[in-house]
Amino acid sequence: MFEASRLHKRFGAQVVLEDVSLRFEAGRLSGIMGPNGAGKTTCFNLLTGRHAPDRGRVTFEGRDITGLPPRAIARLGISRSFQIMNLFDEYSALDNVLVATPGVRTRGFSMLTDLSRARGPLEEAHEVLARVGLGGKAATRARDLSYGDRRALEIGVALAAKPRLLFLDEPTAGLGAQGTARIAGLIGELKRSITLVMIEHDMKFLFGLADHIYVMHWGQVIAEGTPAMLRANPWVQRSNLGQLG
Amino acid sequence: MIGAADRRVPLAPAPMLALFAVFATLPWWIEAVGLYPYLGVEIMIWIVFALGFNLLLGTSGLPSFGHGAYFGVGAYGFGLAQFHLHPNLWLCLGVALAAGALAGALVGCFVSHRRGIYFALLTIAFGQIFWFVAVKWHSVTHGEDGLLNIRRPDADFGFVAWSLQSNEALYAFCFAVFAFVVLLLWRLVHSPYGRVLAAIRQNETRARFVGYHVWLFKWSAFTLSAAIAGLAGGLFALAQQSAYPNVMSLSQSGLVVMMTLIGGGLVSFWGPVLGTVVFFLARDLLGAYTEAWLLWYGLLFMLIVLFKPEGLAGLLHVRSKPAA
Repeated sequence: MFEASRLHKRFGAQVVLEDVSLRFEAGRLSGIMGPNGAGKTTCFNLLTGRHAPDRGRVTFEGRDITGLPPRAIARLGISRSFQIMNLFDEYSALDNVLVATPGVRTRGFSMLTDLSRARGPLEEAHEVLARVGLGGKAATRARDLSYGDRRALEIGVALAAKPRLLFLDEPTAGLGAQGTARIAGLIGELKRSITLVMIEHDMKFLFGLADHIYVMHWGQVIAEGTPAMLRANPWVQRSNLGQLG
Repeated sequence: MIGAADRRVPLAPAPMLALFAVFATLPWWIEAVGLYPYLGVEIMIWIVFALGFNLLLGTSGLPSFGHGAYFGVGAYGFGLAQFHLHPNLWLCLGVALAAGALAGALVGCFVSHRRGIYFALLTIAFGQIFWFVAVKWHSVTHGEDGLLNIRRPDADFGFVAWSLQSNEALYAFCFAVFAFVVLLLWRLVHSPYGRVLAAIRQNETRARFVGYHVWLFKWSAFTLSAAIAGLAGGLFALAQQSAYPNVMSLSQSGLVVMMTLIGGGLVSFWGPVLGTVVFFLARDLLGAYTEAWLLWYGLLFMLIVLFKPEGLAGLLHVRSKPAA
């Protein structure tokens, strides 16, 4: 479904990604793990259009999307959430999600209509909020939500665009056990309908959910496989990437 | 300006009705309070200018600090259209609007990929260019003197033509344009377009990743805002019967920023309205007592920025809609 082949990226003298190739199959949850600075987020940024790769090719459903701007990639049905939260802080939870729906996006240049009459997008937005567990907080401003709720909204905004492929950048960053469990439940539910790719530090979390995992280190993919395969992989064990418990 | 999108936006909310009531009746009571009807014309023109300006500053979060340029371009456009094309009111105002839009569209191409301080500095620089051209291009603009003897063409509706010679007729005409622009901008700010602009102000990166063409939104907002400034400039030339470089100067550009901030344009659609009214009242009332009224006005500005950055609207809790 989505394939990145031989990506290279450097910032100045620093090589951040070297010869990285990834494949994400439809209907699966793929994971990317690795220590800080391994290039995971840079990798996401190349795949979703924030930066263009210096070399290499990115294809989505057979179409070359290398170097396309984020808006073009988003419109193809690829959505993403962010590790550092990126919300419309002054907007209510509902408005955050609403502005991300395709129904509002196609009406973006409609200058004289009233958004409150856009029944379709409003219903969709309420559905997304209910799905991420914020059904009762539609009217709360994003900045006034609890940290856990903001994490959920971060996914909600990405989800509102009705993606076929959803990239999640450390969706549990900063969450405690309870918050992590909530997000795990949500992702487990999403997994049934959307192809997911997730960067995650929390090994237990990732190994419990992912079908296929790439391990990155120093800007390279050093191992890949199913969680079961990786548990036995000496590279993973030796590189001391985490406590698998 | 931030409310829940699922609530129906009234076509004309209470503050708008109050505003229209005040200005519709103004010629009948303004002299009783020691002022004069022409002040109403000035205030309405500047409200149009300030509301259009706030589409950038308040709604889109784009600090355009050289906005006087588009007001001036509109004023010159009105005069030049009258002298060189045809002295028809609609044509002249149309040219004023189009000239503002064109100048805005052009400058917008250079500033729309910027934000914050870089956006502000670029707009100042471009504003100065327009001012400089107005001063130096003598054969067209008549330099420092500007365009004099601009006439007030009749408002010709085909079946009936009204002369705008009298200040009363001028007032009525300006009120009509003013009311139209206020209605239009209110609608615009609450349309999907306005909501996307506000989303871009809050988080440009996220807006990009949900699929919005951020540059195009910023550019179009800049163009629209400049077009409204041009229209205000056209009305100014009509009222003042002249156009001169001073209206494009940096200090005039600063005035509209001050008016908008003092009034509370960052938190309320009505902020620029309050700010404009306060400015002109300060000019005429304080100005009657002291030459140094701008000093006191400047102090007021500093006090507000220091202690109540939400401006008068924040002080009065006049929000366009209750915060959700």
